[in-house]
Parts: sequence; structure tokens; C-alpha cells
Amino acid sequence: MALPEVKQSATEARLASLSLPTAGCTRDAREAALARLREMGLPNRRDEYWKYTRPDTLVQPEAPKAALFTADEPMMFDGIDRLKIVFIDGVFSPEASDDLSLEGVQIERLEDICCKDIHWAKELYGVLEAGGQQPVARPLAALNTAFASDGVAIHVTGKPSKPISLIYNHDSESSDAFLHHVIRVENEAEVTILENGPAASRFNKCMEIDIADGGILHHVRAQGRDHERRAATHMFARLGAESVYKSFTLTVNGVLTRNEQVVELTGDDAVAHVAGACVGDGDFHHDDTVFITHDAVNCESRQVFKKVLRNGATGVFQGKILVKEGAQKTDGYQISQSLLLDEDSQFLAKPELEIYADDVACSHGSTSGAIDETALFYLCSRGVPKKDATNMLTLAFLAEAVDEIENKALAEDIVSRLEGWLKRRS
Amino acid sequence: MLEIKNLHVKLEEEDKEILKGVDLSVEAGKVHAIMGPNGSGKSTLSYVLSGRDGYEVTEGSATLGGKDLLELEPEERAAAGLFLAFQYPVEIPGVGNMTFMRTAVNAQRKARGEEELSAAEFLKLVRAKAKTLQIDADMLKRPVNVGFSGGEKKRNEILQMAMLEPKMCILDETDSGLDVDAMKLVSDGVNALRDQGRGFLVITHYQRLLDHIKPDVVHIMADGRIVKSGGPELALEVEHNGYADILAEVN
Ligand SMILES: Nc1ncnc2c1ncn2[C@@H]1O[C@H](COP(=O)(O)OP(=O)(O)OP(=O)(O)O)[C@@H](O)[C@H]1O
Ligand SMILES: [Mg+2]
Repeated sequence: MALPEVKQSATEARLASLSLPTAGCTRDAREAALARLREMGLPNRRDEYWKYTRPDTLVQPEAPKAALFTADEPMMFDGIDRLKIVFIDGVFSPEASDDLSLEGVQIERLEDICCKDIHWAKELYGVLEAGGQQPVARPLAALNTAFASDGVAIHVTGKPSKPISLIYNHDSESSDAFLHHVIRVENEAEVTILENGPAASRFNKCMEIDIADGGILHHVRAQGRDHERRAATHMFARLGAESVYKSFTLTVNGVLTRNEQVVELTGDDAVAHVAGACVGDGDFHHDDTVFITHDAVNCESRQVFKKVLRNGATGVFQGKILVKEGAQKTDGYQISQSLLLDEDSQFLAKPELEIYADDVACSHGSTSGAIDETALFYLCSRGVPKKDATNMLTLAFLAEAVDEIENKALAEDIVSRLEGWLKRRS
Repeated sequence: MLEIKNLHVKLEEEDKEILKGVDLSVEAGKVHAIMGPNGSGKSTLSYVLSGRDGYEVTEGSATLGGKDLLELEPEERAAAGLFLAFQYPVEIPGVGNMTFMRTAVNAQRKARGEEELSAAEFLKLVRAKAKTLQIDADMLKRPVNVGFSGGEKKRNEILQMAMLEPKMCILDETDSGLDVDAMKLVSDGVNALRDQGRGFLVITHYQRLLDHIKPDVVHIMADGRIVKSGGPELALEVEHNGYADILAEVN
């Protein structure tokens, strides 16, 4: 089917300022992605999948300006021993990064793998993204595969002693960055990936994660901190038998964030948990879009998303569990909740279940509510000032999502960041 | 200590008067009990004193140690020394019992310009007090009142009271839902706090609690007023004859 005229011209307008990197082994994948993209076109607000989030500013040729936000708060994960890989406005910075060698893992810059003939990452780059285009198109991910300017390939073969920390700094008020990472976790290997930082004025990030049988990947991300920045991110994960994928995202700032999680459970007994907590104020718009496919027996998936919204902020959740034929004994859970601190804020949720197997247990729920006045009075009657009591109840509301983080030190870091945000704004 | 004069209270949302001129004065060092039929306004009085939303005071006054309670926010009333043990303690998922109590204790200390307790000091104190109320470590760690049995919730109220050391304690049916042994524990907890500087207002339906916590004065509340006051013998009279005689007499 031919693209509608408007869509085609918007897509071409965007592509006009971009050019495919010339050489390298990902060239074929990039060309294929570009062809895919031209077929589907970039999203516009008539698309069902973009009903609640206007993609205009993510799609327009120029990145809207985003002022750098300078707060004297420490950077996220500062107290955690980790291997730091730093990108500034979407470009790898060797000076700011640690030495990339660490036992149990090989880390290479994307452009370096391109010089090699044979490389595992070539089998992955663009592959999960292409697979994830069905049944719903994700054009911004294809755009990313085609034009990613940087990124890393992380090959986890053992159990590295510390987390790999991807840090995205924002330095220019009009940066437009594409990063694409590929990660492969081998059998019995285990890794923790951290991500933080505002990244760029407009950030498009794609991560493809392939977890072999028995592999484990923990992902903890903190999206901050420049208020005007925009981000569209995709995580594509493919899980082998008995593998584990646990991802948590904290978002505390940003006028526009669209986080897509596309997870496929392809081996029996695999476990996927995706969770998110966000707190937003004013023109904050935050969208979690999740698509989990169960395509094996006895797998477990959990989606836990909590949003605290005020002064007119908007939260969106689109979450789907697809249980394919034969994916018996699936255990699927999905909850999305918002705490609306005033009447101007809104939460738009679209939970979906699509099940083609008969022996499954899936549940989903979505709620939207205000602070519990009775609980608030109880706390105040014990002497806790109303603002503090409200903050305590807000943190309590977010707790179910934060509890998804297994590593206690990381969870504490997330909580203290949330506390700081709440305190600053109360 | 607590002075209530001609207190009239209506619901904010509807034109319904619930308290119709309450006069009550609790002196420091004394225990006053309030009994009265269901729906007579006992809990409403306790909520209005502690500052819950939804009520409107149309007439009268309430002061604590000379301070106008009705002007203060709930947390300021608490810092001024008022404590209410709820008839229905509230469950708060996600907030640890211990964190809650420490925040409350330190918030009050701060409001009064006192030094805050360190984590270690607090822990030591709460453990000792919890022990006498037979509240185990697990209950301290769990979210506030979540999954607590009725009796456990009531004991948790008394633990909070013991930690906060308020000047004026209002206990709203703290005895309901308690087994015989727990009743003894709770009463001992209350009695341990009785001293010259502290007043108690104990709302109850049963003489049984008053066997343990001996009141100085007993009031009968009916239809939003204190209709009769007397000594401990008044509670016994209610226990034996119900309210009919008393109500007939005052009407
Ligand atoms: N928010 C409210 N909305 C409607 N009615 C109310 C409200 N609060 C109190 N009332 C009414 O006011 C009256 C007094 O209630 P209150 O709870 O104070 O009684 P009580 O003396 O504590 O009763 P009990 O012994 O059953 O605990 C009752 O008729 C009750 O239904
Ligand atoms: Mg009552």
C-alpha cells in the first residue's frame, strides 16, 4: 500500500538532512532499515499507535532546542562502582569514559566492529528491530538503525564484576542524537546495564538485546534531567530458555519521552520484567509503550508502571501481552497506575491482552487516582507535615515499581533521586 | 488542659449538625471517659479535635493548653501535644511502620525546636516500647497497619502514642477488637503513660476497659452533646442498665 502523501513528504523531509554512514559492515542493515522506513513512513498523529503522544517534534527535521539544566545534584549512580561509557550529544567520548576492558565482557564501539569481517554483532544489528516491526510498526526504530551515529556492542560471556554504565551527556542546545547498542548475553552469563543522562536535545536510542539460554540481563535506567529534552527509545529483547530480562526505568524530567519495550520470550521458562516509575510536572509528557510476546512454554512476564503527575502533566501507557498459540502455562501480569496530584493532569492507558493458548494466567489492571485523603490525615495527625506526608505517600505509590530493581544499592539510588525531586518541588 | 466550649459542628458537605454544643474540660493528670450510643458523635468529636477535613465548626471553641486547636493544621495539633488513637487505624501500603514512626517523632521534635533522634536512638527506643506491647520486629518492618489483625492495629496505635509522648491522648474505642490479654497489654501501656502532666480522653462502650484504666470522670454523650457526667459509677450504671434510663432522665 502506498504511503499517504502527507506521510511520505514528512518522511522525506526528515530524511533530507540525514545521510547513511558510507562504509562498514552495518551498511546492508542500514539500507534495509531505510527501505523499511520508507515503506512505513514516520509516525504522525493519525497513527493509532501514536494516538496519545504527538510525534511531531520527534519527527520534524530539526531538533527543537533544549536548554541545559544545571542543578547541583550529583549525577545518578555516582556512588556505584561501574564501568563508565560516556557519550556527549550522541558521540562516544574516550576521554570521559573508562578503559573498556573488563573480565567477562567485551565492549567495542560500533564503528570498530565495522572493520571486522566476522562479528557476532553483525547478526544482531537491525535484526531484532526488524523483527519488532510486526505486528506494529516502529518507524523511529528503523530510522535509528539506518542513521545511528554511534553506539557500543557488548558481548557478555561471563559475569563482569561491575555494571556497565552508559552515560549520556547533553552539551549543545540543539543536538539531535542517534545511538544504537547491541548486546549479547551468552549462556549462564550475567550483566547489569545502567543508563542515565539527558543525552541530547532530541535523542533517539535503540538497544537490541539477545539473551541466550540461561543468560541474565538487568537494566536500570534513569532518564533525566534537562527538562526540555525529548527522547524516543526502543529496547528490543529476545529471550532464550530460562533466561532473565529485568528492566527498570526512572524518568524525572523531559517534555517528551516515549519508551518502547519490545520483548519476545522465545525459549521455555524465560522471565521478563519491565517496570517504570516517573514523576512529572507541567508540560511533562511520558509514554511507556510495551509489547511482550510469549512464544514458549512456562514463561513469566511482568509489567509494572507507575506515574506521578501534576500541574497538567500527561502520562501514557500502552501495554500489550500477546500469547501465541502453544505458549502454554504463560504467567503474564500487567499493572499501570497513575497518581494524579491535581485535576489538570491526565493519564491515558491502553492495556491489551491477546491470547491464543488455553492454559494461561494473565491479568492486567490500570488505575488512576488522587492521594488517599484518609492516609494523608493519618500521617498528619501524627505530626508529619502535609507536604512530607504527601511525599511519603507518593513514594509509597511508586514502591511497587521500584521494588522491581533487584540490586539494593541501585534501588536506593533511585529512591533518593525520587525523594530529591519531590522535595525540590513541594 | 483540653477545654471544649459549646462546640457545634456540622458536615461540610451537607447541612447536618453532628455536635450540638459540646462542653468538656479535661485537666492534666486526669482520665476522662466518654460513653454513648452509636452515632452520638464521639468519633466526630475526636476527628474535629485532631483536624480532619470534612467538618465545619459553626460555634464554640477548643483549646489545648490555652492554644486554639481549631486554628491549627493537624500536624501542628500533634506537635502541640494532641494524639488520637483511631477507632479504625488506617492501612498505608508502601510506607514502613518504622519509617513512619521515626518521621513522625522527628517531625514533632523539629516543630518543637528539639533535637531529632538519630536512627540508632530511635531504634533502641522503639524496640523497647514495642516489646512491652508485644509487637514483634516483623510488625515494625511491615507497611503501616497493612495485614495487621484488628488487635494488632490497636496495639500499634498505642505504640505510636508511647513513642510520641503526647500531652493529651484521645483513645477512640481502642478496646474494640482486643482479646482479654491484649486489653491488659494496651491498658498497661496507657497506665504507664499516666502522669501529672498528661490528660486522657477514653472513648469506649464497655466497662471492661475502665476496669483497667480507671477514669476520674465519666461522660455520657448523646445526640451530639454531653448529657451527663459523673464518677466511675456512671460507667457501671451504663453497663447494667444501658442508656435508656439516663436518656429518659435528661430529656
Ligand atoms: N462524613 C460523614 N458523612 C455523613 N455522616 C456522618 C459523617 N461523619 C459522621 N456522620 C454521622 O454523624 C453521626 C455521629 O457519628 P460518629 O462516628 O461520631 O458516632 P460515634 O459516636 O463515634 O459512634 P460509634 O459508637 O458507632 O463509633 C452518625 O450519625 C454518623 O453517621
Ligand atoms: Mg465512633
